[in-house]
Amino acid sequence: MSTLVALARAHAFAAGRAQPITTVRHLHVHDRPLVLIPLAMAGEANAPLAAMLGSSPADARLLVVSQPRNRDERFTFFADLAEAVVPYLDSFAGATEAVPVDRGRDVRHRFVDAPQIWVPNPGGADFLRLLGRSTRFRRTDGDFPVPASVPRLGQWLTFLASSAEVPGSSLLVNAVQALGQHWATGQSAAEDAHFGSLFAWITEGVEAAREAENGPVAGPATDPAFDNEILAPLITAADPALTGVLRELLTPTWERMWKSIELLRDLPAGARVGSRWDSDRDAYSAYVEHLIEDGSPQPRRDGAVAAAARLQRLENAATRYAVQRAFDDPLVMAEHRLTGQAFGAVVTLAKADRIDDSGKRPVLRPRIMVATSEAVRVEPGAALTSPARPAQKAKVISVTPGATSTDVVLELSGGMGRKLVAEPGSVPEVGEQLLLTTLSEAYRPGAAFPDPDDTPWTHGGPPARPSVDADDQ
Amino acid sequence: MSQVERLRGTAPGKRHNARTVAALTGNPGCTRRAVLDAAGVDKVRLAERIGFPGAFGQSRFALARGNAFEAMLKADDCALLRSTLGAYVGGYEDLGADEDDTLSARHTRTRALLRSGAEGLLDHPLLTLDVAGQTVFLEPDLIAYQNGSQLQVVEIKSFAIIDGQADGTAVSSAAVQAAVYVLALRRLLGDDRVSHEVVLVCPENFSMQPVAVVLDVRKQLSTLKRQLSRLASVSSLIESLPPTLSFDLAQPVADLVSSLDTLTARYAPECLSACEMSVFCRDEADGRTELLGRPVREALGGIETVGEVLALAAGTREPEPDQVEAATLLRAAQRLRDEAL
Repeated sequence: MSTLVALARAHAFAAGRAQPITTVRHLHVHDRPLVLIPLAMAGEANAPLAAMLGSSPADARLLVVSQPRNRDERFTFFADLAEAVVPYLDSFAGATEAVPVDRGRDVRHRFVDAPQIWVPNPGGADFLRLLGRSTRFRRTDGDFPVPASVPRLGQWLTFLASSAEVPGSSLLVNAVQALGQHWATGQSAAEDAHFGSLFAWITEGVEAAREAENGPVAGPATDPAFDNEILAPLITAADPALTGVLRELLTPTWERMWKSIELLRDLPAGARVGSRWDSDRDAYSAYVEHLIEDGSPQPRRDGAVAAAARLQRLENAATRYAVQRAFDDPLVMAEHRLTGQAFGAVVTLAKADRIDDSGKRPVLRPRIMVATSEAVRVEPGAALTSPARPAQKAKVISVTPGATSTDVVLELSGGMGRKLVAEPGSVPEVGEQLLLTTLSEAYRPGAAFPDPDDTPWTHGGPPARPSVDADDQ
Repeated sequence: MSQVERLRGTAPGKRHNARTVAALTGNPGCTRRAVLDAAGVDKVRLAERIGFPGAFGQSRFALARGNAFEAMLKADDCALLRSTLGAYVGGYEDLGADEDDTLSARHTRTRALLRSGAEGLLDHPLLTLDVAGQTVFLEPDLIAYQNGSQLQVVEIKSFAIIDGQADGTAVSSAAVQAAVYVLALRRLLGDDRVSHEVVLVCPENFSMQPVAVVLDVRKQLSTLKRQLSRLASVSSLIESLPPTLSFDLAQPVADLVSSLDTLTARYAPECLSACEMSVFCRDEADGRTELLGRPVREALGGIETVGEVLALAAGTREPEPDQVEAATLLRAAQRLRDEAL
């Protein structure tokens, strides 16, 4: 918890209203998202009770399992869910665009759009992950055959749930996290986990939020009192009123979901949101291709090499996301300024035509001096960048603290053209306000991992050949 | 009449169980909870009476599934449980139902059976543990079984283990509860007679097929021991409370609230999922930074109230000597926030 966000929470408490903690939106908001609110049966491992879904506010479809312990009904539910969700996911596998790769020597194709599913909270995303696990290995032949769309749904849900773990991905979004990244409420993070309460803090204020706490839950878990007093008698009596009751229970959350999407859509998007959505489209395109060419379901657990590679991808994505958020948003950058990882400064001296000819070839290495009144926690030799000129590196030559301000001398490289004279405007001029930070958007190369067949014994050795379990459920 | 009975009033006492002992150690600094629990006050009804009911209950679907799973394991002289544990485990002894009037008889019998060192499964034993100077009865719904020279605790839970993974919160609370039983057994029989490895039996994947996994609870045990020793002072605290103090639910609400006011609470948002009094304590903590959660409070430099935080950040209040550092940080944060917005 950064002090800036904590301070925003204090302000929100005093104002009785949530306060913004960003100046721009940091996630992609789709024009045609699919909202999906799953509801689970208490006590069972991932037994669905109901789901409300649709891709427009006026078009809510409700699927209900009226006897949750009945296997057939459960599988009818899976088939119905697949029939509703899989066509939406497939519908973006149409028009493609060419993307240059390998420094423009080749092109690859990716779909121009990708799906986006919204669930209310992290629990909802987790429920979909388990739903994916329980359906992706189902067989379309044998003793308990299921329609082909059911294992396909399982593969898609698994794909979406694992992409949701990638920081900055917007394929599967949970509303609690999305709202919580943009507003701070005057309550604790534990209480923010209640979607209705968080939403009310943002739209109406503290009193409405306290009321919402006792209102209907946003799933997937139901309220024990609701289970005992309303649900149990209805299920025991096989009462057809169950559907109406569940619709009434889910409708407030449904409406809040769409209003949340609108709230976020109204914020201006950060400059780097688009490039992250490009990565999402890459992931989607690659998975469509996998389904066409191979079609095998994701393994139950990653092997050692795959797990290590995935962990590294997640770490890189987390770093990239943190840096991009800061570069896009002065209020996020302010958190780094507070900790001394970034500082605002004004240019006091600049020598734009300085040439370093100590090496084999002379190179353009302008030097500038900046003055700042903020805390500077960098050492000579450190590399800084400025969000205004992300391609340019500034090496710290010296740091001289003064009575009221600190002078920092920087040597610039990159982003000034290929000649020995800097392109106009590429070197900061005297009097220019600059923001300098140790955060860097530089490409982080992936580590080298062995082939799975060469997995070292420390990591369990080469994996056994995958065996196909027909009886697994 | 002892002070404890006076505190509780006419209502029958609520008994501790592994869950309440575990919760007690979750927030050991809270005097209110320690005293109310030690006195056996029914906190659910107390909270309702003073107008701050919490939502604490278990879904009957979850209960039904848990009971069905347990019954399945214990059917036919625990046939399924034995095959899940994967070893010959001797006889099976059920010490009877959870009833008040058989407490001491069951405890005596539990002690005798455990001391005899016979191999086998023991169902519904009754253990005791010293909590805050009070002897509490623990009625574990567990089976302890003799495995070689050591006794092992078997805990049956109905949450699923899917592909070798289970819900982290569920597992950690099961581990703490099992640690409570291990500790009670160790106090009775000696440390080396009871294993620190407990067996957790859960349904596997999406079926009702049981699977047994071994949990090492040494860490939970040492936490538990440390926190229980800190709680030891509660009985002397109870003795020092004014003799008129009572939580008898027959009293007017205003009296109950003023009685509660004499006990200092240490509210944290985590209480909301663990303590029946939490909604009342949250209301009482209004305006204080702990309301926003411990990480927020720390990020705000540990300042007590939201009002002080905002005044220090705005620079309208002179910081106390110990607040100077926090105030500098808050003013810088406020300046950066104003600049960016």
